[in-house]
Amino acid sequence: MAIVFKAPNALCDVPLHYCPGCTHGIAHRLVAEAIDELDIEGKTIGISPVGCAYNNYLYFNCDMIQAAHGRAPAVATGVKRSLPDNIVFTYQGDGDLAAIGTAEIIHAAARSENITVIFINNTIYGMTSGQMAPTTLLGQITTTTPYGRDAKYNGFPIRVCEMLATLEGPAYIERVSLHDIKNIRKAKAAVKKAFKVQMAGKGFSLVEILSTCPTNWGLSPVEAMKRVENEMIPHYPLGVFVGADLEV
Amino acid sequence: MGQKLLMKGNEVIAEAAIRAGCRHYFGYPITPQTEIMHYMAKKLPKIGGVFVQAESEVAAINMVYGAASTGKRVLTSSSSPGISLKQEGISYIAGAQLPAVVVNIMRGGPGLGGIQPSQSDYFQATKGGGHGDYHMVVLAPASIQEMYELTVDAFNISDRYRIMTMILGDGVLGQMMEVVNFRDEEIIEHYDKSWATTGHGNKREHNMITSIHLDPAVLEQWNIGLQNKYKLISEKEQRYELYNCEDAEIILVAYGTVSRICKGVIKEAAEQGIRLGLIRPITLFPFPVDAIEKVIDIPKAFLTVEMSSGQMVDDVRLTINGRKPVYFTGRMGGMIPTVNNIMTKVMEIKEKHR
Repeated sequence: MAIVFKAPNALCDVPLHYCPGCTHGIAHRLVAEAIDELDIEGKTIGISPVGCAYNNYLYFNCDMIQAAHGRAPAVATGVKRSLPDNIVFTYQGDGDLAAIGTAEIIHAAARSENITVIFINNTIYGMTSGQMAPTTLLGQITTTTPYGRDAKYNGFPIRVCEMLATLEGPAYIERVSLHDIKNIRKAKAAVKKAFKVQMAGKGFSLVEILSTCPTNWGLSPVEAMKRVENEMIPHYPLGVFVGADLEV
Repeated sequence: MGQKLLMKGNEVIAEAAIRAGCRHYFGYPITPQTEIMHYMAKKLPKIGGVFVQAESEVAAINMVYGAASTGKRVLTSSSSPGISLKQEGISYIAGAQLPAVVVNIMRGGPGLGGIQPSQSDYFQATKGGGHGDYHMVVLAPASIQEMYELTVDAFNISDRYRIMTMILGDGVLGQMMEVVNFRDEEIIEHYDKSWATTGHGNKREHNMITSIHLDPAVLEQWNIGLQNKYKLISEKEQRYELYNCEDAEIILVAYGTVSRICKGVIKEAAEQGIRLGLIRPITLFPFPVDAIEKVIDIPKAFLTVEMSSGQMVDDVRLTINGRKPVYFTGRMGGMIPTVNNIMTKVMEIKEKHR
């Protein structure tokens, strides 16, 4: 009998700890499928962040390194410069990448480090129980913006792709979403392209994945998917910001 | 044969690292150690090495973490305020048990302080510096020749124990020039690095480098492992110089630049008929308790001299544990103790213990 669907080899056969309805599982699967299809597991080194995905070094079957909060792009730089023929990716959330790790991501992009960054944007700190992230939308209620994010007191959300796209370093930057099947397929294509950009030695690639956090948003998984579509995408438009014409 | 050159301390550290097989340097500029960076920026690209000027000390130490994870010999360097910024990464390197070498060419603090030589980072270097129960091996050269030899040793020690080793110098040692005798070839020790994340190549299970263990029972075991390693290092790696201690009335204890001044004091005192000796710790962690035990019965008192408010003196007191009087004198803020400063204290002690 032909197998039509199976778990990717690049994912370990262990239960994930993520909450019901969280899209980390889908994002992990997309990364693992890309690694499988490109047949690069044996030479891939992943960097885990601090945040809900802190221990995804236990989930990916390739060699993995756990990094300090926000420092994954610097760690990835050290790895890639030491092993330029290997494939190096970071997997980071919005608190990790866009708050404490802002300097590291901007300079890794500016240097056009030949690494791939998987950036999970769910507009909130998940692991520490729902604080305001740099990506939290205006008006959004979090445990540190209990009356809603007010620009006057809390500043404005950061659009990472648009910001990094102002630099000359990046080779490929795209924002995708996981809120429905069609978009998950597009996200898969983007993740795979990002790895291919690195394999071709083109330089820095980043895929921002709009994701859900039903637990800290206080929404059901279905409502959370709707929020991505109706509230996040208007503020974080999908599309390719750098490298639209790049053939790899 | 070897090679005899007149070189600056900072440059000697960089050259020694290259000779020790280090091809990866990540750093951020800060006075008075930046010549290490300049040297690496010039040399490493010519020999297939990697030099990256990072966006911060925080990024630099995390690049070290990444490169060390691949099993490469890797160096970073900074001076006091920059070393404070590196503490996060140093703690992670300790937690993940990665071998790497860091240089601190100390300047006066606290805060931005000054750029003149100091020894005020002794506590930070030897007691951990970052969060958690950990140590680095800390080597304290007192000459340019020793900066060379200890830098080579630092890489071997780091690989031997999977630990970060710090070369702890000061602005005098970093900036001054002396003759250095390079060997033709270095002894580069090779250790198993099958733990490194280099890509499993479909030939082994995936390797993981991490410092997080959420199960406290597991984390306690991990910590016990670290402590056992520090104990082993304390037994095997203590280094020191004993100078003129045989019949000393007072034994000075000093490291680095200050130990050189103390040798001047010993000469000056001898001319006045006063017998002084010197214990010069070369490893600051492990602190050379053996040196003190060897000479504990000889003098009437010990005098620790530092370019700080008195930091190493705590370890001297802990070791002596009330068996002999321990005194301290020092200067701070980038001021260097003079022979006269130290002689004044010696005379005071001599008067007290006649």
